[in-house]
Amino acid sequence: MLTAAEIEDGLEDAMSEQAKRVIDIEKLSLTFQTNDGPVHALSDIDLKIEEGDFVSFIGPSGCGKTTLLRVIADLEQPTAGSITVNGLSPEQARLNRAYGYVFQAAALYPWRTIAKNIALPLEIMGLSKAEQQERISKNMELVNLAGFEQKYPWQLSGGMQQRASIARALAVEPDLLLMDEPFGALDEIVRDHLNDQLHQLWDKTNKTVVFVTHSIPEAVYLSTKIVVLCPRPGRIYDVIDSDLPRNRTLDLRESPEFLKIAHRVREGLKAGHSYDD
Amino acid sequence: MTDAALSSSRSTNPFSGLMSGTAGPVLVVVLAILAIWYVGTFALNAPFQRDLYERADRVDVPFSQLVADTMAQDRPKLPAPHQVAIELWDTTVEKKITSKRSLIYHSGITLTSTLLGFAIGTGLGILLAIGIVHSQVLNKSLMPWVISSQTIPILAIAPMIIVVLGNIGITGTLPKALISTYLSFFPVTVGMVKGLRSPEVMHMDLMHTYSATRVQTFFKLRLPYAVPYLFTSMKIGMAASLVGAIIGELPTGAVAGLGARLLAGSYYGQTVQIWSALIMAAILAGSLVALIGALEKLTLKRMGLAR
Repeated sequence: MLTAAEIEDGLEDAMSEQAKRVIDIEKLSLTFQTNDGPVHALSDIDLKIEEGDFVSFIGPSGCGKTTLLRVIADLEQPTAGSITVNGLSPEQARLNRAYGYVFQAAALYPWRTIAKNIALPLEIMGLSKAEQQERISKNMELVNLAGFEQKYPWQLSGGMQQRASIARALAVEPDLLLMDEPFGALDEIVRDHLNDQLHQLWDKTNKTVVFVTHSIPEAVYLSTKIVVLCPRPGRIYDVIDSDLPRNRTLDLRESPEFLKIAHRVREGLKAGHSYDD
Repeated sequence: MTDAALSSSRSTNPFSGLMSGTAGPVLVVVLAILAIWYVGTFALNAPFQRDLYERADRVDVPFSQLVADTMAQDRPKLPAPHQVAIELWDTTVEKKITSKRSLIYHSGITLTSTLLGFAIGTGLGILLAIGIVHSQVLNKSLMPWVISSQTIPILAIAPMIIVVLGNIGITGTLPKALISTYLSFFPVTVGMVKGLRSPEVMHMDLMHTYSATRVQTFFKLRLPYAVPYLFTSMKIGMAASLVGAIIGELPTGAVAGLGARLLAGSYYGQTVQIWSALIMAAILAGSLVALIGALEKLTLKRMGLAR
């Protein structure tokens, strides 16, 4: 027999366990109705993401990885199944400003300076000027953009623009960062550099990151958990928990452990018919 | 070394230096227009001049005399440019502004109603665009009327506006201004609808992730995006406003304004007066559009959009 106190303890454990779960997706499906008939973008997705995880969605185009991220962000509505973000509906979580979203392109407003771009979400939140200023300098420092406050987006390189957009997402001070192929449009040298910076950022802040990519090395290098998706219908083929050390440098990419995980991701993509024509 | 000098030193074509800046081409076009104008003046006025010679029994008039006389008629079919220029000089610089013969005075009257109509039109256009962009119902119900309003010839509707408003006691500048409004709200509405709808999907999504309200999305995203569109439509709207103000002066038999000058000129066959009023209207329109252009440049520069 359990005593009342024990039950309460158990409940508390369960509650704190629950609180650590950032994203809980069960049997989620999303079907787009198009003129050519229904498109099953997501089918029967089950996924749990814990606090502090760095989760990558990897798969070929059309596998629904961006759609899944957009569902988490309340930019798309699932047609079946359930999803909670911080224990709330995605809409509630969005209204609570639970996440920062980084798009494929930097999506900076061309008529605002970099500092003003980062201030945008803060203005919408209604923060005081002083608070805005503090968060701007803190986050520009964090992405190594200090000194570029008064520049306009077009005066910055593509990599710097994307860093500014990451600073803008971080300025909201969310515990959850949703990133949709943020480095997809950048060349590999810049991408490696930003991967390194993003890894350090995550390591320092212990935020939960959900990261969409189609680069295997990027996914393996950054993630604690890799979700391999495959297309038609978009579904999860494999979830790989990475046992790579938390402290990572770019040299790690030549290590056997790294290559082993990369191999498993590639096998997953192959088995999911990602390489079929 | 100037640009012109630089490019001419590089090129073998001796005229390339002249044509490389903006001053060269502009000058060439102006000279061409003046040349065509003078030829036209001679061609149109010569028959009447020959008639005069015939009636006066003057034969063997030298060609140079004929040319000079066609350029100096009192009521020519087409006045020569210099006649118009002299008339313009006489009625602007030489007359007091308060004089009924001063073109500045008449321009002022037309300008007042142009600006009033333009202001109302621009405001109305922006308001309509805001409604149309934010409400599917307004989009479906208003847009067809906005477009069909411009298919009615303004010359047909202008007298009715004046008469109807006159009957309810509105006279003076406002009815004329409303004709300007009728013409100028259209480009502003269409341009602003386009501009307010122009933000990229990603930018709209971004505002959604911030849980921004419609008002915030409007002021922080849609409106800045629409600014370049607004200025372009305002330029068209301003020119249309001036046309509207002049047309508004025609059916009323107005005694003041550029339209009144045109009307009076045509009653009495004062072609020089008509042409000088026309040129004045063109100068006015050009200056107003240039003014908006300057404002546009300044605004876009301040917004960081001009590079």
